[in-house]
Amino acid sequence: MAQVVKRPKRKNPVERTRLPTLPPATRSRVALGLTAAAARGRFELQVCRDCGAVQYPPREVCRICLSQRLFWRRQDGMGELISDTTLHAAQELFFRERLPWRIGDVRLDSGVNVIAYVHHNVGAPPCRIRIEAALDRSGQAALVAMPERGRPALSDDPKLREMTCNPRARKILVTDGKSAVGQAVARALAAAGADLIWIGMAEPWKKSAGFDALRELPQAKVVPLDVTDSRSVRELAGEIGGKVDILVNTSDCHRAFSLAARRGVETAQLEMDVNYFGLLRLAQEFAPTLKARAADGDANAIAWVNVLSVFALSNYPPHGTYSASKAAAWSLSQNLRADLRPAGVRVINLFPGPVDDEWDQLEMPPKLSPAALAAALVQSLQGSVEDVYPGDVAQDWLARNLESPKTLERELGEFDR
Amino acid sequence: MAARGYDDVVLAAPVTVPYVRYSTHGAHWFLGRAVAGLIAAAKIPKRQIDGLAVASFTLAPDTAVGLTQHLGLTLRWLDHVPMGGASGIVSIRRAARAVQGGDAEIVACVGGDTNHTDSFRRNTANFSQFAQDAVYPYGSGGPNTSFALLTAYYMRRHGATREDFGKLCVAQRTNALENPLALFKKPLTLADYLNARLVADPLRLFDCVMPCAGAEGFLVMRRGTAEKLGLPFARLLGAVERHNAFPADPIQDRGGWALDRDALYAQAGVGPDDIDFLETYDDYPVINVLQFEGLGFCPEGGGAEFIRANSFEVAGSFPFNTSGGQLSVGQAGAAGGHLGIVEAIRQLSGQTLGARVPDARHGLISGFGMINYDRGICSGAALLAAA
Ligand SMILES: [Zn+2]
Repeated sequence: MAQVVKRPKRKNPVERTRLPTLPPATRSRVALGLTAAAARGRFELQVCRDCGAVQYPPREVCRICLSQRLFWRRQDGMGELISDTTLHAAQELFFRERLPWRIGDVRLDSGVNVIAYVHHNVGAPPCRIRIEAALDRSGQAALVAMPERGRPALSDDPKLREMTCNPRARKILVTDGKSAVGQAVARALAAAGADLIWIGMAEPWKKSAGFDALRELPQAKVVPLDVTDSRSVRELAGEIGGKVDILVNTSDCHRAFSLAARRGVETAQLEMDVNYFGLLRLAQEFAPTLKARAADGDANAIAWVNVLSVFALSNYPPHGTYSASKAAAWSLSQNLRADLRPAGVRVINLFPGPVDDEWDQLEMPPKLSPAALAAALVQSLQGSVEDVYPGDVAQDWLARNLESPKTLERELGEFDR
Repeated sequence: MAARGYDDVVLAAPVTVPYVRYSTHGAHWFLGRAVAGLIAAAKIPKRQIDGLAVASFTLAPDTAVGLTQHLGLTLRWLDHVPMGGASGIVSIRRAARAVQGGDAEIVACVGGDTNHTDSFRRNTANFSQFAQDAVYPYGSGGPNTSFALLTAYYMRRHGATREDFGKLCVAQRTNALENPLALFKKPLTLADYLNARLVADPLRLFDCVMPCAGAEGFLVMRRGTAEKLGLPFARLLGAVERHNAFPADPIQDRGGWALDRDALYAQAGVGPDDIDFLETYDDYPVINVLQFEGLGFCPEGGGAEFIRANSFEVAGSFPFNTSGGQLSVGQAGAAGGHLGIVEAIRQLSGQTLGARVPDARHGLISGFGMINYDRGICSGAALLAAA
């Protein structure tokens, strides 16, 4: 049953702002495979190529045949909760501040045991459960035993809610509300219960019907923001930076040109100025206050979302300069993630395929509608992931890229001239 | 192939470096005091110790090698036994074979640790790769989490109750009240036990050992050496160890003893009925029950019934953890794996600090250690006899 989340009372400004504590983040290198999958919302375990054995905790070699040929394979997570406990004492501050914690020992059907958090909808052992991989506030994989039936959300459990960045009752900045995607995102966040949505507006003289409609949303507040102008970004950060819980970077400049199609660098510069330098300006002005407010009770800063593009993974020549600017933004987002992680603020990147807007006009379907992209964005906040590839094209590119980046590069280079 | 017997190997010079809750000393201090205690008890010069087996969690960055130079020892046999609650038993096995084969004449076996205010947290956070990767991030409960899961499972599966475990804890406290070195000095009632603060359901405060600083030690030598030195001793009749027993069990409700007890009793030439007292590794009461079952005092799953049918004080029907055990003396890190051995030598050689089991001829000690992931990996047991 979903719990009602209310916007907390205004904080007494004289009180000391709490400093962030985090769950233990140290893992062996081999264990990071679990985190790599969890970042995409998947529960994967090591499997032996030679004998097929599944194993956990992660190891350097197969526990059965000692083969070194191990790979990570998606698991259905089905198993039995065989024992559980509720911890009333803990050694780390993060856990002490949040006691008690329900922890269980789970025997998966694949024959391995996992120690996991137990969702409060799960009954007493023995009972069937399903293991999900989430990300904890340190950004590391955390396994959670969920009820076998029904699909309760992580955020329904008061302890596990902190593994999500649920937009309900949050104050959110959407950096650009002029685009179809920005507008869809604002509407979806409002529908998901956001408390207040600041919507950035770069070129106030340009009229747009969709943007004017946003003003009707009771939570919406239009603010001036031009991410190509350092002063504009600084001024807005000075005004609202200390109140933003979630920043959603929808600023995007997309011109469909390839290297060979045009002379000069002005178009590419414009793309870089929005997609790369825009993110840099936002990060420089907003990241410090987000970090400072990461432990600010229930009204804390929790997430930063970037709408990137699957073209960031591998250059798509018909959109060559755009691909390059999104790749640059992706790289910078990794810097931002490393910067925000010690405070427990999550950076979520979305890598959509072609979106059904004016700039992907010549792309063949399936194309992602702005509403579908916005829904995926809200879902990523409600869940517990870092990297999202919404839509069939993005999923297809991701799979091909994971298999062989070189093959994908060659395939994309063979586009119809 | 059956293991060769231990002939005339004996254990002597039981030494305890008194426990304290916290200490500013390092582990080297406690281990150094233990070795000093051993040479004082044996009335031998330091140079006569030519073998050393060391167990400690807090000696880092040193190992037994660093300790050797730290203590100014010159040795011809050296072993580092990082096996926690099984380290004492394993040290006995290693040392016994060394003196039997003539690789050493007098081996000092010491286990000990310091306890700074933050050292327990640091040790559990980095206890093992599996613990770091797959247990500690889930609530950082340390061993409390693991034993709560095992205890809850055992209770559900075999019908044991909190009162059953409480009966053991209360009896151990009664035994500890006679031991001047026990850190716990107040009697414990069953009501105190049942109503104590919750730690990790179903475990409450008196189910959990209290970490502290201290050390234990003893000497392993041949009978002739002990007699020449005029030292009271206990004879080693048999000893076993096992690591990672029953890996396919979904959860640990038996330990390696089940695999090894027949070999142990055959080697020793005595059986469970001949045992006059038992010293178990008791960081949590459920693990005592697995030792009762594994060592053949009752059938698997029959632990609760066995507890209800017996009394566990020194004068009881089944004298058990006669110095109070770790639960009432304190857990000085790896010293916990030596505590029962030192107490058994005292019982069998007439050197008890507290109450003595009347006419004790045979004592059984068991060790259990290292919750590496979801279960304890190392188990062992040694059977000692009076001279
Ligand atoms: Zn294999």
